[in-house]
Amino acid sequence: MAEPRGLRDIPAGARIAVVGAVVGAGACALPVLRQGVPWAAVALLAGLYALCEWPPRCPVLAGRVNVPIASGSFFPVLLAAAFLLPPAAAALVAVPGALIASVEEEPRRVRRVWRAAQLAIAVSAAAGAHVLLGGREALGGRGAAAAPDFPYALLPAGAAALVFCLVLTALDGLILATAERRPPRTAWRGLLLRSLAPHCVHGFAGLMMAVLWRSRFGPLAALFVLLPMYISCWVFAQYHRERAAHRATIRALVQAVDIKDKYTRGHSERVGRASEMIARELGMEEGRLEVIRFAGILHDVGKLGVPTRVLRKDGPLTPEERAVIELHPEYGHEMVRGIGFLGEARAAILHHHERLDGSGYPYGLAGGQIPEAARVVAVADAFDAMTSTRSYRRARPVAAAVTELERCAGAQFDPRMVGGLVRALSRYGWHVEVTADEPQGFGARGNVPPSRPVGTPAGPARGPAEDLLPTPPATGRISPLPDVGEPGPRPHPGPGLPGPRPSNAQGA
Amino acid sequence: MAARPTAPVVAAYALAGLLTAWALGATLHDGLVEPGTAGAFGALIAVGELARWGARDGERDPAPLASAGALAYALLGQNAGHATRHGVLQVIAVVVAAVLLGSVPHVAVGRGPSLDQAARRVLTVAFAAVCFQPLYNSGHLDAWFGHGPYFAFVLLLLLVLTALCDAVVCALLMYARTRYPFGPLLRDELRGLIGIGSAVCATGTVMALAVAVAGLWALPVFCVPLLLTQLAFRRYAAVRTTYRQTITSLARATEVAGYTQPGHARRVAGLSRAVGRELGLSESELTVLEYAALMHDIGQLSLLDPVPAGATATLPADEQRRIALLGGAVVRQTGVPADVAVVVERQADPYREQPLPARIVRAVNAYDDLAEGSPGPGGSLSALEQLRLGTGRDYHPQVVESLARVLARGCLTRVPPG
Repeated sequence: MAEPRGLRDIPAGARIAVVGAVVGAGACALPVLRQGVPWAAVALLAGLYALCEWPPRCPVLAGRVNVPIASGSFFPVLLAAAFLLPPAAAALVAVPGALIASVEEEPRRVRRVWRAAQLAIAVSAAAGAHVLLGGREALGGRGAAAAPDFPYALLPAGAAALVFCLVLTALDGLILATAERRPPRTAWRGLLLRSLAPHCVHGFAGLMMAVLWRSRFGPLAALFVLLPMYISCWVFAQYHRERAAHRATIRALVQAVDIKDKYTRGHSERVGRASEMIARELGMEEGRLEVIRFAGILHDVGKLGVPTRVLRKDGPLTPEERAVIELHPEYGHEMVRGIGFLGEARAAILHHHERLDGSGYPYGLAGGQIPEAARVVAVADAFDAMTSTRSYRRARPVAAAVTELERCAGAQFDPRMVGGLVRALSRYGWHVEVTADEPQGFGARGNVPPSRPVGTPAGPARGPAEDLLPTPPATGRISPLPDVGEPGPRPHPGPGLPGPRPSNAQGA
Repeated sequence: MAARPTAPVVAAYALAGLLTAWALGATLHDGLVEPGTAGAFGALIAVGELARWGARDGERDPAPLASAGALAYALLGQNAGHATRHGVLQVIAVVVAAVLLGSVPHVAVGRGPSLDQAARRVLTVAFAAVCFQPLYNSGHLDAWFGHGPYFAFVLLLLLVLTALCDAVVCALLMYARTRYPFGPLLRDELRGLIGIGSAVCATGTVMALAVAVAGLWALPVFCVPLLLTQLAFRRYAAVRTTYRQTITSLARATEVAGYTQPGHARRVAGLSRAVGRELGLSESELTVLEYAALMHDIGQLSLLDPVPAGATATLPADEQRRIALLGGAVVRQTGVPADVAVVVERQADPYREQPLPARIVRAVNAYDDLAEGSPGPGGSLSALEQLRLGTGRDYHPQVVESLARVLARGCLTRVPPG
């Protein structure tokens, strides 16, 4: 389908909304023909707003100055206009800036026209509210006698900012509902709450501009107000760029593990998602959910420290090699312990191979000694391992994996976490984009795992050494490692690996 | 870095201390003029100091609201249309008292403002007040510029001058402490002014003007945008810290895997940064250098077996270059700036073909490998000697000499392994 470019290519409802907004804006601005309008001030403010919106599209600056500033950063100018000018003239101030502003998505022309009309209506309404509450007189004037009436001036200004915010939000919701056919309630939900605080700040800044504009120091002094606002926007843009870079770095870290251990592509991301689902089901708060997701994503990061030769070995592992692989939780913890924002995810990475009965590694913690986050990740890890296809065996259906998990709950897994996963699965299903390395692009959506009779044993499990993953063994435990009798003595993790080492460290 | 305070530091502290004592004494003796105005500005400054909570080390101005409030008080000529009568000494006394008051909770938890910051605050406020108050009170300013638009520009200009002066003082103090070249230090300070510094100047001017027009009510209204700026800077600093931690941790993957010696990456990063400073790199170049130094060995993760003791400096040149290219490929994937990947890729080339950061990483890496290889007091010297022998082709002579100077100064404490 071709990109929508003009008014004809957008839904009928949206077309009506845009045309209606333009007509409404025209009606707001119409009285300028009759009233005496301070044209100089209108031109100055409109030019200022246009100048603020222009840099991203300016051919000279665009490449050099990186100013990805969101539209809306310069609302103080519009609000100052609403405080200074009559409603009809204030409506005009927004138009040139909105028409010149950079727009990300097609159809650009329609979006610009909509934006101009929307802002014109909002500014005009704000100016109306300001006049109604007697804000003009409260702003003061040039003479020493006409000082601004200060505590009172805040009331009309606050009311005008509120009206501005309400009108903008209502129109935003309208266009979302008509153009993207979102149900009205989801379109409006959150929009107002999110925009209230920024508009308040813009209202204060606009008031400052208006007061200085009217004072004997004149319009140019009002410009000083914009500088802190502009710098804030610039820094917020930098912040978002840096945060994106940080995300990319973590993703790269995970990909590095997945490439090294090449049979588990996408495993980390999926474990992250499953961990988050469990945590959400258990009613954890939002901030903790994010940490648990990171725990899931990074749980195997320690495999970076395991020699590639061992990870990729074909054939059965020797006890020494197994011991080296079993070091990966400690390696992982050692790597991430300096990253402050990971919080309890660090403990989860260290303990995600512990078992409830105390037979896991590295420390053989049991029951409640195991951090909660680690118990979540352990279940998510086992679940994804069973439901994704590996080179040496096919994926099992979700139902079979759940049965297996429930069977091992209590001995190996925390029944609470397993219950949480089961509830989350019944509520949302399990959607995966990538399932391991199926060559023919077997990347279905929906409950993916290919059909295989439930209960069929997972075949000759002991394939390549990478079988770090649960295969249902005869012993009745889901083992992240192939079972071989008693594990031999674990080698010392090597130099530079301090960290807690409880005395009950098992198997040492 | 705890070197003995040198002459400029002592001079700055003494000047600030004398000014403070004189101002406090005079104000106590004469009493406060217009206590309402003084109290309002004092409260603003104290609140601004409280907003220091959660500031990170190395933040350029952790309390911008306090700075702006102090400067506005120094430049205050009128209050709601009536001329004010406070002088330079009262400005200093009020600012010092408010800063002390606002720092009480910070001092209580052991994170009070450093002496440097306190001294700079006193000096800058004194500078602004000395430039403005006598001229204004004598009526000269009014006579020259009137009380309209030009007056606003004079105020802004004064604050820009003050900021420049502060940058020079700050760079001088830093220079006296570390003996890094003065030029690049000053350049970094001036560049930093464009950020929060300009917001502080603009807000200080606006506050002084707004109080002149609208009275003290303007203070709470007009500090809101600056608080927003502070919030933005703080979040930016937080994400930068997180990013740095993540990269440092990434760099430890090679140590954990046993490919390199414990602490190697961090030692190389710290030493590279010091050498980069010595050679006059700017702050952003130093960041690139530091990231590159942290990740310079990451290519070894692609090797099937570790290099003995992780010492790449002793490998054949081809092998070194291959590992460097592998590392560059990994770094390109991680989303850090492309400059970092270039440095990592080129780290094994002969120095004439390298960009400066790569020369630094190469020399410092080799030094650390060699010095670790032969422990003991002579290890460092013999490692330097070997680098000097390699200046024909591998190591840039100037970089090696900088490294020697940095080491001789001993200003870099060795990072303990682990």
